[in-house]
Amino acid sequence: MASPSPSASPPGSPSAEELRPYTLVAELTYRCPLACVYCSNPSDFDRHRPELGTGEWIDVFTSAEALGVVQLNLSGGEPLLRKDLEQLVACANRLQLYTNLITSGLPLVRSRLGDLRDAGLTNVQLSIQDATKEGSERISGKVSFEHKLEVARWVKELRLPLTLNFVLHRENLGRVGEMIALAESFEADRLELANTQYLGWALHNRAALLPTAEQLKVARELAAAARRRLKGKMEVLFVTPDYYAELPRPCMDGWGRRFLLVSPTGLVLPCHLAHTLPGLEWWSVKDAPLAEIWQHSPGLTAFRGEAWMSEPCRSCERRAVDFGGCRCQAYHLTGNAANTDPACALSPHHDAIVLARRSSESQALVPLRYRRKESEPKT
Amino acid sequence: MIDARMRPALAAKVRLKKDARSGRYLLLYPERGMELNPTGVEIVRLCDGQATVGEIVAALVRRYASTPPEKVESEVLSFLGALEERALLERGAAAPGGVARDGQP
Repeated sequence: MASPSPSASPPGSPSAEELRPYTLVAELTYRCPLACVYCSNPSDFDRHRPELGTGEWIDVFTSAEALGVVQLNLSGGEPLLRKDLEQLVACANRLQLYTNLITSGLPLVRSRLGDLRDAGLTNVQLSIQDATKEGSERISGKVSFEHKLEVARWVKELRLPLTLNFVLHRENLGRVGEMIALAESFEADRLELANTQYLGWALHNRAALLPTAEQLKVARELAAAARRRLKGKMEVLFVTPDYYAELPRPCMDGWGRRFLLVSPTGLVLPCHLAHTLPGLEWWSVKDAPLAEIWQHSPGLTAFRGEAWMSEPCRSCERRAVDFGGCRCQAYHLTGNAANTDPACALSPHHDAIVLARRSSESQALVPLRYRRKESEPKT
Repeated sequence: MIDARMRPALAAKVRLKKDARSGRYLLLYPERGMELNPTGVEIVRLCDGQATVGEIVAALVRRYASTPPEKVESEVLSFLGALEERALLERGAAAPGGVARDGQP
């Protein structure tokens, strides 16, 4: 007899932990027209070539769906730079994947967005760097603000669901109220106010970007008020930077656990930057079936589960909640990826975080370092 | 707040997908998903923008005749409330009348 009580719960939550990815992040390319100072691509992004071809990506999507993936993030770099994006979206649609285009909105014309919708695109996540033209273009390094607003209008006109994503830092945290107003004016379905995490390019720019505790407090309260006010209408997400969290973030929901990321050249990774950690071996979709890579890749198994943990994680009650935090952060701040994430107040290396926070309180002007190829001249 | 006259529909960003691996239904939306039990699926399927909340409750009351109607009603309302809180429902017009017919994009 069926139960009369309806229920909705996170998938795969109970008992037996099945080894199954739910989300595929397909980083279709590292190329991008923007030069954001907190880009999540590796510093040597330009050396990662050649990109996978259309057929190779279609094979990746197909194998990922067979492994259990239901969500597909088409990301980059800028995925619109792939001329075969419509074909890839159509393939994802045939596989009934929930397909989210994560884009800067450049380069895009309205008719192409219509083609992508017709191919079965489910959701558009558009990044805007700030609520003002000046602030936005200072961070992205390119004239782009008005075009992004135009793209947001097209998304709604074409009746596609719209997520607006603002990456937050000390220069724009004071304009969170204006970002909320902008999202409301577009009738966005979801608003992500996500503080940058200090890895990759953002770590190079940490002194310029890390906010103060007070800035964060004000912004978080504004976001919470908007969430209450807009409940049922617009989802409002606020992500705190790890540096102010005290408890580590369950980075990627645990290493090689729910997320599968494929880099532009085909490396199968647990997160955006894992291939920048030294000493790990990564397998490519060109060399083995995805199911085998997911199960046995040395890189993916390195920090999966709890066997790799040392104290204070090993005996911590929260180890199944936060999985020890972010491995990349552990490596960059302590020199060892197997250490507890120093964002955790229990980490013996937590001083690194406390010092960075303290220096955010008294700050001289620091120049920004834009994302650029190593071969490009500095300007 | 769920009103009995509301005609709920799933929001445009939501997809219902049968999970090939578990055979269960997933409600998918940006960055997230929820697994529905069979009763949850029945209710979601009735959220077509035509049926009112009152009609959905009545359908479930008939279906689960051995359960007290008040209990069925309160559970349907709290389930719909949980969906609405997550912005997974279109705020269907509470007034009479159906879907707008002049809504060309």
